[in-house]
Amino acid sequence: MSINPIILTIIVFFPLAGALLLALLPDRGKTLQWAALAVTLITFGLTLHLPFHYSYASSAGSFQFEQNVPWIASPAIHYHLGIDGLSMWLMVLTGILAPLGVLISWRAIDSRKKLFYVLFLLQQVAMMGIFASLDMFLYYAFWEMSLVPMTVLIAIFGRSEYRRRAAIKYFLYAFIPSALLLAAMLWVYAQTGTFDLPKLAALAAQHAISPNAAALWIASLGFLIAFSVKVPIFPLHGWLVDAISEAPTAAVMVLAGKTALYSILRFSFSIFPEQSHRIAPLMISLAAIGIVYGGLLALVQHDLKKLAAYSTLGQLSFIVLGIFTFTVAGLDGGIYQILNESLAGAAFFMLLGLLYERYSTYDMRLYGGLAQKLPWLAAMFVVVSLSIVGLPMLNSFVGEFLVLSGSMQSSFAHHHLWTAIATTGVILSAAYMLRMIQRVFYGELGPKPQVITGWDLDAREHLALWPVVALFLAMGLASPRWMQAIDSFGAPAAGRLASAQCATPADATALPTPSGGAR
Amino acid sequence: MNPMPTSYLWLIPLLPFVGFLINGTLGRRLPRSVVSGIALLFTALPAGIVAWLWMTMCAVHAPNTIESVVRPFGVDWIDISGFHVDFAFTVDHLTLIMLAVVTGVGFIIHIYSVGYMAHEEGYWRFFAYMNLFMFFMSVLVLAANFLLLFVGWEGVGLASYLLIGFYFKKDSAADAGKKAFIVNRIGDFGFLLAMFLLIVHFGSLSFKEVFATLAQNPQWQLQGAHFLPTIALLLLLGAAGKSAQIPLYIWLPDAMEGPTPVSALIHAATMVTAGVYMVARCHALFDSSPLALTVVALMGAATAIFAASIGMVQHDIKRVLAYSTISQLGYMFLACGVGAYAAGIFHLLTHAFFKALLFLAAGSVIHALSGEQDMRRMGGLREKIPVTFWTMTAGVFAIAGIPPFAGFFSKDEILFRTFTSPNPLHILLWLVGLLTAGMTSFYMFRLWFKTFFGEPRVKRHVLEEDGAPIHASSTTTLTLEAEPDQDKATHAHGVHESPWVMLLPLVVLALLSVVGGWVGIPAALFGSNHIEHFLDPVFAGAPASEAAATTGHGLELSLAFVSVLVALAGFYIAYVFYYEKPGTAGALAERNRSAYNLVKNKYWVDELYSTFLITPLLMFTRVVLELMVDHGIVNGSGAAAGATTRGLAWIERKQISGNIRSYAGWLAIGAAAVIAVMIFGNVMKGHL
Repeated sequence: MSINPIILTIIVFFPLAGALLLALLPDRGKTLQWAALAVTLITFGLTLHLPFHYSYASSAGSFQFEQNVPWIASPAIHYHLGIDGLSMWLMVLTGILAPLGVLISWRAIDSRKKLFYVLFLLQQVAMMGIFASLDMFLYYAFWEMSLVPMTVLIAIFGRSEYRRRAAIKYFLYAFIPSALLLAAMLWVYAQTGTFDLPKLAALAAQHAISPNAAALWIASLGFLIAFSVKVPIFPLHGWLVDAISEAPTAAVMVLAGKTALYSILRFSFSIFPEQSHRIAPLMISLAAIGIVYGGLLALVQHDLKKLAAYSTLGQLSFIVLGIFTFTVAGLDGGIYQILNESLAGAAFFMLLGLLYERYSTYDMRLYGGLAQKLPWLAAMFVVVSLSIVGLPMLNSFVGEFLVLSGSMQSSFAHHHLWTAIATTGVILSAAYMLRMIQRVFYGELGPKPQVITGWDLDAREHLALWPVVALFLAMGLASPRWMQAIDSFGAPAAGRLASAQCATPADATALPTPSGGAR
Repeated sequence: MNPMPTSYLWLIPLLPFVGFLINGTLGRRLPRSVVSGIALLFTALPAGIVAWLWMTMCAVHAPNTIESVVRPFGVDWIDISGFHVDFAFTVDHLTLIMLAVVTGVGFIIHIYSVGYMAHEEGYWRFFAYMNLFMFFMSVLVLAANFLLLFVGWEGVGLASYLLIGFYFKKDSAADAGKKAFIVNRIGDFGFLLAMFLLIVHFGSLSFKEVFATLAQNPQWQLQGAHFLPTIALLLLLGAAGKSAQIPLYIWLPDAMEGPTPVSALIHAATMVTAGVYMVARCHALFDSSPLALTVVALMGAATAIFAASIGMVQHDIKRVLAYSTISQLGYMFLACGVGAYAAGIFHLLTHAFFKALLFLAAGSVIHALSGEQDMRRMGGLREKIPVTFWTMTAGVFAIAGIPPFAGFFSKDEILFRTFTSPNPLHILLWLVGLLTAGMTSFYMFRLWFKTFFGEPRVKRHVLEEDGAPIHASSTTTLTLEAEPDQDKATHAHGVHESPWVMLLPLVVLALLSVVGGWVGIPAALFGSNHIEHFLDPVFAGAPASEAAATTGHGLELSLAFVSVLVALAGFYIAYVFYYEKPGTAGALAERNRSAYNLVKNKYWVDELYSTFLITPLLMFTRVVLELMVDHGIVNGSGAAAGATTRGLAWIERKQISGNIRSYAGWLAIGAAAVIAVMIFGNVMKGHL
């Protein structure tokens, strides 16, 4: 019989089994590294099952590989897993980033390895669970679970004496809004008696979640704020810079963006379409500001990790802009860009980690002239920078182009203005990335490289980087391979969301509280 | 008739890409002869295919366009609901000319580079980047839609960035590469917005579909739809970046930091003409908006005269040529702006020949002097490097507009079309163009005299008073032979003529600079203006072609006479200033010191941008955004939120200790809270 009905369970919990195995293994030599690599590679192999057995022909918006088992009778919690065009590639992405993370930590993590790899695998379980869960309660369990390993990873494996502060900050920023999320979820459950996402989405489509517009509005904010902090969206990014500059490379690679962006797409948009429509202009403006803000701040940083943090803020803002335009191009491009940003960002952080391994600093003023000594590392930096900059033929260009063109097509007020502002991001990203390359790689040898003899990429590092580079090219040239699934989610979602506002005025008259009074 | 070339179109870009991949990955380990062999082979093959294309398309009954869609991975490039872009290539007569320039001149410059770069470190890197450039440039001219054109557009920018910064150990080179890329990005910002608007209003990015939709909706133009001029002007911003026009020209002079063959190929013959090509390609869009056309013409004319004025006082031989390129590109835009697209493309063609020649010859001079670029330290080279001298002479005469050299016909065509154009500003534009022609002739003969005539001044530079140009009589003249005490390696082995591998390309380009203009001899001079008829299928219906047709030959001849006179005047002034009475120019500059300094310092434009744009922006970012917003508000509010829980701070300090058990405890407490709320929630639900 086919393993399709249980494949998601296998994928989600395989890393957990791996974590248990690692906990039992002795911490000798490279045993843990090899074991972690094996576990993550097998997980990745398992996730590849999904695109190969995904039925592209089936009707749009339906879930596949579903597994729905009643778990707790009251409250009605189901063990309900399933994926669609939105989550499928995110599962695969989570699958491929994990072995790369192990490869890049090979030498960088040399003490308390067992703790590190166990936490790392638990983090993966949480992310897989987030992407696969269709029951809101189950989802929330994974969402909270994702918080803990990351906090500990930052607190213990951070690079400087500020790591505890960064960890606390991360935890508070993530935990407090999660409480809002929980309250809002429970309210939704109280209203509908179900945690099941497809059911909730159907109810929302009939405007049957709750007659109380004001409460619905507040609940939608509970969801959105929790997700926005976690993305993060400007100006809620207070935790990002510290967390990124402290966290070890493998953790940073999966730190920001994708789970929260996914959650907005999956939960906020399905359960609160009208409310999302109402808040979209605000989100679009915040995203456009975030693009410029992140770009400008990245331009004045001397610390490479801080530069990367602000760059991440800017890149994530592109995605936020795209999904809130409620156009096909914006949603498709935004979702595609989640994959691209994760890959390019991960590669960028990997490279920064490699620099740090060699020269023990992230201060770019101490670098210079490295291109003479480490040509391969320099070449990789250039390629990754070009992806982040959005060079055509590489992956991010497709995503960014669709996002911005979607923004130009959107029906919200001042969309020309916001598109123009957001498009300046392409100038800024070129400016800060090329400035970084010049400082680190060009010119005369800097103070650090003069004293320390670095070494160019070794085989393991090549192995970690080349798949990403190959994906940059493939995803930049053959986007429909990925986009087909994404479009099956994006196109109907765009239609649904763009028309969501029409229902509100008609309903508002029938409701006890006019929607306008909810502000 | 012959469908064969269709299926081979994609080879034109792909072959140089293969060359790039081989040299880029393995080149470090290969011997130099293999590296250059690969690079030459993968540029010669596309040139061969292009020659074959020419034969096919010039045959009787040949189609006006051929098209070919490539699906390299079995799928199109972008395909979502309601929007679709594929890798579509197309060839029409305009593309043919561009392809000939790109692959032909490109190949010639590759040959030259074998000699020029022979002693450079990173030989393989140079040829890998050059092939990469050829790949992107071919994509640019072959593209059948805006987005694919944009691939080439950005890609040539990348190749240009890499090649300008080829000597990346030099800060000035790395800076120049970065500047070029970022300034081009400002133009690309416009290009991107134009594409977004095209998608909104036309629903497609394919040239064919966009122009067909435009032709089907003449009411847009009649009703004055705002989006048409907006799109055209945004595209123009892109063109201004790529083709170094006001206000984005500032990157091109700095781009001279790159090796000279790069300047010849990318920053003279091909890449910088991409903006002109794009405007010509999208002429239907520009024709639909008189406002946009006028802006094109004004921008071109202003850039032409502005850059020419700076070119008159530069001392660096390559910078003179750089400003001259900017100025000549302005000419091409002027032609487009008055609707004379064919004239613009004609000038693009002849300019590619003579400007590539001038750069390569300048490179040969620099090579002969072992790296010297300052014309104040040249002079009297005529007999030392005769082949370089004679070929460069052909280039100088061509650009100065002396008949029957190539530049004369194309420049004259532009001036004539400008004069007869329906644009209300046509007389002003013509006068600017004419004056620019005079200035061009002056600074090119200035370069010619200073480099090849007079007393040799090849000697360590004697610093003289800033401002006044150095001239023969004020400098100690010395022999050209190296002196033992000279520490500069530049003069180690005296002046020498370049090897044949560099001279042969010069000779070929010199021939083309003489005869290249003969394809466009106007009817007034008993020719038949082949090139314009050749381009008719592409530019049919452009306004200027009709206006010009009604004007008599008498006017054309008298205008040509005037422009030849102006060119000769430029020659005469240069002759007097730099040959007959070499002190004159210095004295003149002395008398008009403030004006001279203004021009000498390039009107302080770089400084203006820096002071009023970049510095304030960075200051704003550091002070307002970083200190006030990010550290103050964003982190401050986070800190404030933290402060509200400061009562619990001791718990945090204890709990966030990296202790797994304490986290487990927290999680348990959280879970308990959740379950409590669940039960509570259920109770609540009972009440609701």
